[in-house]
Amino acid sequence: MTGLFADFMIRAALAGLGVAITAPWLGVFVVWRRMAYFGDATAHAAILGVALSLMLQLPVYMGVAGVAVVMALSIAAMEKGRPGLPADSLLGVLAHGALAIGLIAVSFLPGARLNLEAYLFGDILAVSWSDVAVIWAGALAIIIVIGARWQSLLTATVNPDLAWSSGLNPDRDRRILTLALALLVALAIKVVGALLITALLVIPAAAARPLSRTPERMLGSAIAVGAVSAIGGLVMSYVLDSPAGPSIVAVSVALFALLRLVPMR
Amino acid sequence: MRHLRGGRRVTRLIEAQGVSAQYGPTPALRGVDFHIDGGEIVTIVGPNGSGKSTLMKLLVGALPPSAGGIARAPGLRLGYVPQKLAIDPTLPLTVDRFLDLPRRRPAAARAAMLDRVGVGGLGSRALNDLSGGQYQRVLLARALLTDPHLLMLDEATQGMDQRGSADFYALIEELRRETGAAVLMVSHELHVVMSASDRVICLNGHVCCQGTPELVRSAPEYRALFGTGTHGALALYRHEHDHSHDHDHDHDHDHDHDHDHDHDHDHDHDHVRGADHDHAAQSDTARNTDATRPSRHDAGPVVSTLPGLVEPLTDQPSDGGLTRTAHCPTTKAPHK
Repeated sequence: MTGLFADFMIRAALAGLGVAITAPWLGVFVVWRRMAYFGDATAHAAILGVALSLMLQLPVYMGVAGVAVVMALSIAAMEKGRPGLPADSLLGVLAHGALAIGLIAVSFLPGARLNLEAYLFGDILAVSWSDVAVIWAGALAIIIVIGARWQSLLTATVNPDLAWSSGLNPDRDRRILTLALALLVALAIKVVGALLITALLVIPAAAARPLSRTPERMLGSAIAVGAVSAIGGLVMSYVLDSPAGPSIVAVSVALFALLRLVPMR
Repeated sequence: MRHLRGGRRVTRLIEAQGVSAQYGPTPALRGVDFHIDGGEIVTIVGPNGSGKSTLMKLLVGALPPSAGGIARAPGLRLGYVPQKLAIDPTLPLTVDRFLDLPRRRPAAARAAMLDRVGVGGLGSRALNDLSGGQYQRVLLARALLTDPHLLMLDEATQGMDQRGSADFYALIEELRRETGAAVLMVSHELHVVMSASDRVICLNGHVCCQGTPELVRSAPEYRALFGTGTHGALALYRHEHDHSHDHDHDHDHDHDHDHDHDHDHDHDHDHVRGADHDHAAQSDTARNTDATRPSRHDAGPVVSTLPGLVEPLTDQPSDGGLTRTAHCPTTKAPHK
């Protein structure tokens, strides 16, 4: 079978949908808690994870998830330690530091240089069925965990002290969110690449805001925006022969702009 | 469980012993002893940077003390009313959805609680669209829905005018009587808050002094921190209380009437003028949302709701005396 419904397109659509409907579960919190830079830093560290995976001949997901977890946890620890630097500057240092070191590490690997673009911008048309399986298993795990902690995360987002006073533990919830983000980075690296993961987190959630009066509706709208972006981006990529990952992000940006015309509710 | 005070069994809700909080070079709190019992109203007052908010954070468990210990009664339910929510404009939140945090409540319970605190019918409004007074009442409603043993309010009336604050504290006092919940308030609005309290703790990095409102108000340590300019308004509320004893207090009425009548008239005048303005605004809101329901803001002049603020303090002999700490300032401390 060829054309729009070729096997590789179906795999790409399934992989893209898996990531696109999972990212908003974390993306809404990234937006509400102003963690976009945090997402960037974690995602950029993924390139270092790619280098490590190739060096140690591990599956790329494992290396990326491992490095992303370490990165996310060390950011959280450094923010708590207050090094006399604003959080966004600190994250800027870490995000680009991780990216630069990752790029250098990859450049030392024979043959990996050719693949670099795939890890920076994704190569969704090349995903295998086992990639699709990994993506959906991880997606399900993220959705279950965030769904189970939803009320608690929301309370902590509204006011951490209020969460503490209710017997919840906002620190633990934040760690859960952090680990889920690291897992999402690992899932998304083949779909949109390290540089555009934050876009999948932030843009659908931001686009959904004008449509929503409650947190749950914002999540639902963001999932819809994400799904339409994934499919629309793939179609655009097929029709225009444009790179798939950037096309998905471009469609979500177009939806964001369109929904800005809706008066804020 | 309505009244645990007055010679009956007293439940210790929270006790802090020798608590310090030091996370940077300078300690926010050092060696603070604190307790609150069932049914009590305790107010913590202190200047900016005196560690009031830090103490609240320690008590709700948001911060670990760097020294000392905090014990809570097993199964203690806290109804926390934060000073301000950090709700990002990107987070859409209606009043009803907020009341469902951290646990979902039946719609009828939410509506009834909004009614009870005087903001009935606002359930579908966006939280960020509320006025300052409505906002605080919604925060209070959420805390009450948890059926708390202890209601904790952090600067709950910041941004309200004097009339709004007085109404709010009158409501707190009513709720305390209805539910038997203890109340812990943090405030700098000494004149209104202090008169409602069984016990006032004057904080400035450590406990400067504590006791009944009258004793703390006249303590040199307190005056060193706050000056003497605020007790006129306290006198006003006590004065109003003298003229309306028509509600059912179930305790004796021997206040010390040591207020200053010169102050009364000035403050009374300003107070009523400011109040009328606010009254009109709040009543409009109430009518817009529900034309038939009698709003508490329409219930007549404010003085009728104020007497509840003044509690007899003599039924607690153990707290009758002013407690001082050795290293208290008796001259005005340099603070922001």
